[in-house]
Amino acid sequence: MANHAGNYTPGNGFERWLDERLPIVRFSKEHLMDFPTPKNLNYWWTFGGILAFMLVVQIVTGIILVMHYTPNVDLAFASVQHIQRDVNYGRIIQGTHAVGASMFFAAVYIHIFRGLYYGSYKSPREVLWMLGVIIFILMMATAFMGYVLPWGQMSFWGATVITGIFSALPIIGEPIQILLLGGFSVANPTLNRFFSLHYLLPFIIAAVVVLHIWALHVPGNNNPAGVSVKDNRDTLPFHPYFTMKDLFAIIVFMIPFAWFVFFAPDILGHPDNYIPGNPQVTPEHIVPEWYLLPFYAMLRAIDFNVLFINSKLGGVIVMGGSLLILFVLPWLDRSKVRSGSFRPLFKPFYWLFVLNFIALAYLGAQPAEGVYVVIAKLCTAYYFAYFLIILPLLSRIETPAPLPASISESVLGSDKKAKA
Amino acid sequence: MATASETKATRRDFLYIATGAAGAVGLAGIAWPLIDQLNPDASVLALASIQFDLSPVAEGSTVTILWRGLPVFVRHRTPEEIEEARATPLADLKDPETDEDRVKEGHAEWLIMIANCTHLGCVPVGEAGAFDGWFCPCHGSVYDTSGRIRSGPAPANLVVPPYEFISDTIVQIG
Repeated sequence: MANHAGNYTPGNGFERWLDERLPIVRFSKEHLMDFPTPKNLNYWWTFGGILAFMLVVQIVTGIILVMHYTPNVDLAFASVQHIQRDVNYGRIIQGTHAVGASMFFAAVYIHIFRGLYYGSYKSPREVLWMLGVIIFILMMATAFMGYVLPWGQMSFWGATVITGIFSALPIIGEPIQILLLGGFSVANPTLNRFFSLHYLLPFIIAAVVVLHIWALHVPGNNNPAGVSVKDNRDTLPFHPYFTMKDLFAIIVFMIPFAWFVFFAPDILGHPDNYIPGNPQVTPEHIVPEWYLLPFYAMLRAIDFNVLFINSKLGGVIVMGGSLLILFVLPWLDRSKVRSGSFRPLFKPFYWLFVLNFIALAYLGAQPAEGVYVVIAKLCTAYYFAYFLIILPLLSRIETPAPLPASISESVLGSDKKAKA
Repeated sequence: MATASETKATRRDFLYIATGAAGAVGLAGIAWPLIDQLNPDASVLALASIQFDLSPVAEGSTVTILWRGLPVFVRHRTPEEIEEARATPLADLKDPETDEDRVKEGHAEWLIMIANCTHLGCVPVGEAGAFDGWFCPCHGSVYDTSGRIRSGPAPANLVVPPYEFISDTIVQIG
């Protein structure tokens, strides 16, 4: 599909002239309109478009917020209140940005779990998948720094805890932490640099998204059947078939989004963040935003030393490892069958993995004591076992169900069936 | 360069390498200020030393003060707390350290420690937890009456900052 023939013919003299100098119209037509897309894509595939939409929403609302926000420890909290109360439509714009972060993560989790189910990380899409993991990590960094900017209690202590993660590294940890903070604790220099980086990172994300789409357009889309595109009966042009489908999905996606913004803009946050940041008092119960909870639960689950690795470094290794392991996933799952629909043994383990992830999110929000700690350890163990033991093992022992001969056949049924 | 390696090194090869090396040193020289500006600036470092009057702190109470932007516990311990800390065998400790090493000689009632949990920096809650010391609500670390880690994910005892008594009631921290 990399060498699919575009059918662009310059319409007039100017287009011909431009086409010989900067073939941007040809490029857009080939990649944004005519791009051959598997015709069996289901609605789980619309989340790529939804994510592109969310990135634009966050950048536009963010640029507007900066026009009214003040990055200073004495003024930041008040300036966010000022945006919510005084600025024209500020309550809506600030709400859209804050809720938008949650909606962005909701969409990215669905997008990632879709990829995990349909084997979208498998050959020839490994680089596409790895770029996606980079985007996910950049998103977490951006969201974390953005959450610090309102300078409430959760902002302050979240920043303290997360930058404290770096201090777990032996020898270089503490100098790195001081370098990140610009002092010995979270303070004005920290707020200023987080503000600067929070503005920068979305544009880096946008650049990696371009690479992500580039890497998508070389092998083309995976699809629910998981079989490769064989001929042009398997595909439809991206526009209008999938632009309209994505647009419809975006509109449906905006319904809960709008509900949160208009009726419950704070429901996904924490009341503690309406108390200005205070370096002398830690909130009773520090909880990160919901979208970071599963990883936070894994960080906390390690409360024991392993050989020379103390519990703190152990927790950091486990949390970092839970993300880094995604990079090598294409080489852990060796099953040739991409789509989970044709893998009878894979399916129960996959759904258990989904439940396990939700359980980790729940545990991350609970106090670190008693039975919660024990369950968190079990869930962390399953998270890693899924990648390191179950997937490699399944690809050896599983007998997959028969695959459809082509995408066309998976949609229309086989010729044999049609005759019978 | 592939062909150059087969024949004798030339004057031109030397110039290439010398230019590249000078460029790399120059780049590192430019990068360093751009990175070092992130480190604590002079105004942050200027707050490195403070004095504190202990006399208003009653026995059995704790105050939290700020030093270098960090919260610091100043605890006026009761005799029972001191005794409990000193009776603990070192073998029970995750980060073994005697209580005597954590206070100044002759001032055992004053326990002065940086108030950030050694796990990820939250401020633990005082007079709480199973060891009558501190309990960190973030990730459940428990410290004893000497501020030593007893259970939970924290790897080390609460840090005792450098300080000295400059009179019977005034300490200088930093």
